[in-house]
Parts: sequence; C-alpha cells; structure tokens
Amino acid sequence: MMDLFSYIVFFLIIAGIYSISTLGLNLQWGFTGLMSVGIVGFFGVGAYATAFLTGPHYPDALGGFGLPVPVGWLGAMLLSGLFALIVGVPTIRLRHDFLAIGTFGIAICIQLLAMNWKSVTRGFDGLFGIPKPFAGWPGTPLGNNLVFLGIVIFLVGLIYWALERMLRSPWGRVLRAIREDEEAAGALGKNAFSFRLQSFVLGSMLMGLSGALYASFTGFVSPQDMLPIFTFQVFVMLIVGGNGNNKGAIVGSLLIWGLWTVTETILGAILPAVLKNQVASARVVLVGIILVGMLLYRPQGLFPEERVVSPEARLPEK
Amino acid sequence: MLELVGVVKEFGGLRAVDDVSFSIARGTITGLIGPNGAGKTTLFNLLAGAYRPTAGEIRFDGERIDHLPHYRIFARGLVRTFQIPRPFGEMSVLENMMLVPKGQLGEHFWNTWFRPAAVRAEERRNRDKARDILDFVGLTRLANEPARILSGGQQKLLEIGRALMSDPKMLLLDEPGAGVNPTLLGEIAERIAALNQRGITFLIIEHNMDLVMNLCRPVVVLAAGKLLMQGEPAEVQRDPRVLDAYLGGVPA
Repeated sequence: MMDLFSYIVFFLIIAGIYSISTLGLNLQWGFTGLMSVGIVGFFGVGAYATAFLTGPHYPDALGGFGLPVPVGWLGAMLLSGLFALIVGVPTIRLRHDFLAIGTFGIAICIQLLAMNWKSVTRGFDGLFGIPKPFAGWPGTPLGNNLVFLGIVIFLVGLIYWALERMLRSPWGRVLRAIREDEEAAGALGKNAFSFRLQSFVLGSMLMGLSGALYASFTGFVSPQDMLPIFTFQVFVMLIVGGNGNNKGAIVGSLLIWGLWTVTETILGAILPAVLKNQVASARVVLVGIILVGMLLYRPQGLFPEERVVSPEARLPEK
Repeated sequence: MLELVGVVKEFGGLRAVDDVSFSIARGTITGLIGPNGAGKTTLFNLLAGAYRPTAGEIRFDGERIDHLPHYRIFARGLVRTFQIPRPFGEMSVLENMMLVPKGQLGEHFWNTWFRPAAVRAEERRNRDKARDILDFVGLTRLANEPARILSGGQQKLLEIGRALMSDPKMLLLDEPGAGVNPTLLGEIAERIAALNQRGITFLIIEHNMDLVMNLCRPVVVLAAGKLLMQGEPAEVQRDPRVLDAYLGGVPA
C-alpha cells in the first residue's frame, strides 16, 4: 500500500514536470502556431543549467556554484530563454517550417554538446548529486517527495494562472490573430515578429523550468535525458489534451504519462516471452496509434479551444 | 494629406507601378480606377507598407512613410482594407473588432498580471466602442458569431468596422463594392459618405462606376502601372484616354 502511494507521488511529480513543458508548447504552438520541435533541447538546457548552478563541485566539469535551488531554477529559465532568443531572432520572421527546422537543429546541437563537451558536462557520465529543495526534510524520502510534489503542484498552478491571465486578454487575442492571418494582423498595426518572439521565448523558458525540476528531482542529468522521444511525448500530450487549451495541456500530460507508465507493466505481462524485450518499442507504437486515432476522430482534443478570448467579450447568448 | 512622388515598384522585370505621382487632399474621397492589372492593388500595398517602393517617395501628413513597416503606418492613422476580406475566422466578430485599438495596455502580458483592473476597464471601453461601430456597420446581430460564417458583403463591412476601431485619419478601401448585392452596396456607400462627413479621408479602388461617380471626387486613373489622369468624375468618364485604356484601342 505504501509502495503504491509512493509510486503515485513519484508518478504525479513526473507528470507535473511534463505538464510544464506541455503548457510551454501550448503557448507556442496552440496559441501562436509556432511549430517548435526542439522541446527537449530547451528542457536539456534547463536541466544542465540547474546542475551547474546548484550542483556540487565536479573536478572534471563545470559547476560547484552551490547556489540555492530556486536560483538554479530561475537561472535555468533565463538560460533557456536566452537560447530561444538566439534561435528565434533569425528564424521566427521566416516561414513556419524554418522555425521547425531551426528548433530541431538546436535540440540536436544541445544534445551533441552535452555528449561531447566532456570538460563541461562529463559527457555520458552525466552530472550527479544535484540537490533537491529542502533536501533531507522532513526525514523520509517519501516525505521529501511529498514536499517536492507540493512545489510542482504550486508551480503548475502558478503557471496555469499566469498563462490564463495573459491569454484571456488583448495579448492572447493578438497571438491568435497572428496565428490566423499574420498579414491582416500586421495591417491592423500588430508587430507579428515581436509577439511571436515573446511567445516563443516564454514557452521555451517553461520547457527550461521543467528540465530544471527534472534535474533537481532525479538528482542526475545526462544526454540520455535528452532523447527526441521527449519532444514526441509532449506533442502527444498536447494533442490529446487539446491544442489551444491550458486545462487540456495539463490533463493530456497526466493521461499520456499515465498510459506510458501503465503500458510498461501491462505490455510486460501480456506480451509473449520472446517479445518482452520489445516492451519499450511497443508502447511507442501504442501511443502512436492513440495519437492517430485522436487526430482522426477528435482532432480538437479532449478540451477544445475556446472561441472568445477576453472575458469582457463574452456576450450573453441569445 | 497623402503625397506620392515618382513612385516605382518593380517585380523582377515588371514595372507594376511606374513613376506615379499624385496627391490627395484632406477630407476628400478619391477614387482609384483602372483596368485589371493596372497596378491599383500594388499601389495600395505600397501605401500601406506591405511592399517597399523600388524608387520614389510617399508622404503622409507631411512625413515620409515609404520605409516604414505596415504596423507603423497603421499607427500613424493610414489604414487599409483588403480586396478579399481577411477576417480572423475563428475569432468572434466582436473580438475581431476589439483586437484593433492601438497600444492596448493588455497587449503587454505583464500588465495582465500586475494591472488586471486597468486591463479589464480598457477591455470594457473597447467592447463598448466595438458595439457602437458594429451598430454603425449593421453587424450587431452577429457580434458573437465566429467571423468565418459571415457572407462576403458582411465580411467587407467587418473590414471597414475593424479599420474604424483604430480611429483612422485616412482609409484605403480595396473594392468595397465587389461581390456585394445592390442593397448592401447602397449601405456601404452611405457609410463611407457619413464617415467622410466626420473627417476621414478616403482612397477607394472600385470597379463599380455608379459608386465611383456618386461618391468620389476626384478620380485617379491608372493604366499599365502609369498615372493616366486625375480629374472630376464626369471629366474622367468622357476622356478618350480612359476609354482607350479600358477597352483597348477604341478610336477616339
């Protein structure tokens, strides 16, 4: 019983960390139409930044600043925001496919850097000993995980609130107008470049924060944590939950992460012995099938986008 | 109010707009006519900042605007509508309107966190203004509907309505009468005249000659990228060069 409970706590923490990335993607893709396929790159920047800033001194890598955890998380957000700015400024004014290629490229570059710049990242050996917030408090590992879960829930709640405020306002309205017709929005005085860049940088900062939380929670980061499958998962979470809906982004993250973990057990139990080694691949197939089914039968996701953005623009139905 | 001096726009080898100069006086409704391919819409794109001229100068209110991006030209009060309306289809008609006012507080996302009351108050003001203008263009009934369900004529009205939300000094209308039924056309003409009375200057591309003759004074004629003439509607209608441009080689 206690095992199950600690497992659920563990599960919710990871799902919460995913949902922060999904909320970031929802801002970029759902509300602004920016196809950013380099999610894991920004996630990785956040994770490594946290390791450098808060981690112990590594004799053969960067780090040893020993800064407080919140400072590390903030630094992680700033650094991923800076990376987003560097990729965004040249690519965001171009056609959408260029941004996709650009973000895909930077994600791969960041992973390659993590793998090969050994004097900074220790390569595949990774960085370990990244401290958790309130480490050792209140005594048991489960207790500390509960504290961490509390922090994750608080952050997801805060981000949800902040995003809803921004998006249900003139700012969110401009993003949608740009998504629908950039030229018409420009003719109505909106600087599409500036708004798209804001959305891209803020979304990437959220991805960086989710990487930071991940690094602090697991205490370890290596290039293995930066596989392209992460980007795929986040896209599925958003599509299933509802592209353009923040509630959908959170629910989709919980559902898909739930499915992802449950299928490991179930497939492990039902697959014949010869296929046991394929469990990991089989669940990618399964999630892929769910994605295709969702796109065919409910492309708007579980929680569709709402038409009216501003609460002031809601007129009583006739 | 608007001055063009030697404006040229080339696309590759094609001179779509060829050394065009004319000026528009404050408070007038100027018609811009010419056969298909004369360069009228290209000229609009130049004025509104969608394209940059290859050569020449465009001045609005005495200041050069030919190097400015479109959103800056909009901010100075020179606002265009599109030949084929471009509503934001998935947004409600009301929000299409509320998008427009310039420099909204709530367009800076931090204000939505730290000054929510001010943002809401501004939203209410913009909503009330949008409803007044929707009344004026006759779209009140459709305020809540997604803009994509509007008919072609209603979309033209929405374009004009959106432009009005910015309190423009001058409006560039690209074929406000095209594809609009005669009743609605009459209404659009009335609205334009009423807005002109309130001090808005107009430049209108239009093929419907009744509308041009009734509303516009003066009329500018463009043919093959060049300025053919500028004059009173009656004068233009009689001019053999204009007939020639439209019909191609009619002996004058």
